[in-house]
Amino acid sequence: MILAITSTGPSADSLVSEKFGRCSYFVLFNDQTKEIKSIVNSAESMEHGAGPKAAQLIINENAEAVITGAVGGNAEEALKRAGIKVIIGLKSNMKVSEAIDFYFKR
Amino acid sequence: MIISIASGKGGTGKTTISVNLALSVQPSVYIDCDVEEPNGHILLKPEITSQKEITKKMPAVDLNKCTFCGKCSELCEFNAIVVMKSDVMFFEDLCHSCGVCSNFCPERAIYETERSFGEIRKGHIKSESVSFIDGTVKVGEMHGAQLIKHVRKEIKPDSINIIDAPPGTSCSMVAAVNGTDFCILVTESTPFGLNDLKLAVQVVRSLGIPFGIIINKYDENFTELDSYCSSGNIPVLLKIPFDRKIAEHYSRGIPPVQVRPELKEDFRQVYKTVNSIMQARCTPDEKR
Amino acid sequence: MTINPSIKQLLILSGKGGTGKTTIAAAFSKLAGRSVVADCDVDAADLFILLKPEVKEKTEFHGGKKAVINQDLCSRCEFCLQSCRFDAIVDYSVDEVLCEGCGFCFRICPSNAIEFNKNLSGHLFDCRIPENREFLYAKLLPGEGNSGKLVTELKKKASAYCTQKEKEWLIIDGPPGIGCPVNASLSGVDAVLLVTEPTLSGLHDLKRIVRLVQSFKVYTAVVINKHDINKEVAEQIENYLHQENISLAGKISFDEKVVTALQQEKSILEYPENIAAQEILTIWNSLQTIRIKI
Repeated sequence: MILAITSTGPSADSLVSEKFGRCSYFVLFNDQTKEIKSIVNSAESMEHGAGPKAAQLIINENAEAVITGAVGGNAEEALKRAGIKVIIGLKSNMKVSEAIDFYFKR
Repeated sequence: MIISIASGKGGTGKTTISVNLALSVQPSVYIDCDVEEPNGHILLKPEITSQKEITKKMPAVDLNKCTFCGKCSELCEFNAIVVMKSDVMFFEDLCHSCGVCSNFCPERAIYETERSFGEIRKGHIKSESVSFIDGTVKVGEMHGAQLIKHVRKEIKPDSINIIDAPPGTSCSMVAAVNGTDFCILVTESTPFGLNDLKLAVQVVRSLGIPFGIIINKYDENFTELDSYCSSGNIPVLLKIPFDRKIAEHYSRGIPPVQVRPELKEDFRQVYKTVNSIMQARCTPDEKR
Repeated sequence: MTINPSIKQLLILSGKGGTGKTTIAAAFSKLAGRSVVADCDVDAADLFILLKPEVKEKTEFHGGKKAVINQDLCSRCEFCLQSCRFDAIVDYSVDEVLCEGCGFCFRICPSNAIEFNKNLSGHLFDCRIPENREFLYAKLLPGEGNSGKLVTELKKKASAYCTQKEKEWLIIDGPPGIGCPVNASLSGVDAVLLVTEPTLSGLHDLKRIVRLVQSFKVYTAVVINKHDINKEVAEQIENYLHQENISLAGKISFDEKVVTALQQEKSILEYPENIAAQEILTIWNSLQTIRIKI
């Protein structure tokens, strides 16, 4: 499966972002291949509707779950409808790699 | 005659002034365009005689035709569309009803439906010659400015129309004030009031609307406001000193002219001043 | 999961305008020693008047897109005129006030005569206030609306200072209303203080904002300002809070000194002998005990 983590930077060492729609990057972790890649969140600079736009980006990446701090109403609705599992409550002093560990050890 | 009442800062007494003016210059029409927080009805207690839903166009998709190519989501400037593997979602609160998605869908799979996003009520005030109109946008709906355009269609050109505009200087304030004959800006004797007034003045000037000021909770000790008005040649139509009795009645939903009837004469004078400013602006041709 | 326990973000909101939000935000800014202050109320950005900041940096802020017709390329086919739903095409040019930035005209134009770019909508100010603290605010150009983007940008800069300089508090003066900017201001905060007044309009608007804030599951407390203007409605508010299980952080009395202080561009705290200042101080102290909980 592919897990998306909201992040402030592009790598596993970056600190996570508590925001979903307006995070800077999505780090994508494939648990079969253990491959990590990242995409720039173009929704960050959108004036309105950052949530749905960000949801569209990770839907396009075939993510099956996302871990973040908090999700707004519109984004939550879209993720749910797309069947993407949402885990909230990330705090900003955590690294992306720690968030990945947290997700799989939960 | 259409007079709009606006203010940069919230809580300056815009609604109170609008209501009082409408009650003082009868026959008149009070039009509440503060569609996010319409509070005029609390003071005027109108008898509502009609009510109608206002609709806007919303896209919908024919899933049999849709190939889930994602073009619509890409083109939507408002991020109101999310395309999934076998589904499409439209976000009503983000959609501006611009028609881009339905027009540019390569499969012609998107069509438009009408969706209610607010309502307009009409009525009158008991034993007064004041008509009442207000618009209320649904909670969570972002497009107040669109509803304001509909509310303004209810204006009665032969009457004195008083538009209670939303606070601030954003697009919905512009939608309420744009194209009115005169704008009264309500402010108060504080630096916050003055700062926000300056912003509102910039807006009405850029729209080319003649305007004047009413200073609510006036305090002569705050001289900066008076000197701003006199140096900018801005007419001050009325100064209302702070009156705790008025504030207490407002909190219960009672308009000041009902507590202090002598205020009615002040508001009639405001209307006269507005008229003479408008006359002076007319070219000799128009006067004839 | 632990967080950096030293920084707490306090957001001050009020659905209705003119309830005293900025006055309270200014007082808290003085009381919170190691803090960063952000004014996200860009529609009426007034906090700077009391804080008297020294501007360090002014940056441009670009909001939504607007269409512009290049007259040299325009063939006057009027496709744009027919497609625009906002009546924004007037005499073969775009009325900036009416244009909502949907891009229909730009995409339909057969002569490629229409440009569609982000327009300048305001400026961000990065400032310094006494005691070597950072203060951030924004000013929009007339007619431009606040947005989630602008609020996010202000908060992002403010948070960066908090982490860099090991601050204790981030005090945020929030936007009015219940729309998108308020949503953006709520993300990531530790506590929300709602400022209301005992009027029927005040109560009406309080209920709307409470509904929104509750969906964010963040610690919330309410201040009733000018509570003695109408004790009946003040009591109604208290009953409502009790019912909703929301704590009352305190009540502030109506005090003409608040206006006097404001007129002299001073914080109410510079008049220590008045009731309102004492009450604000008590509320601030009570927030310190909450601090341990949040």
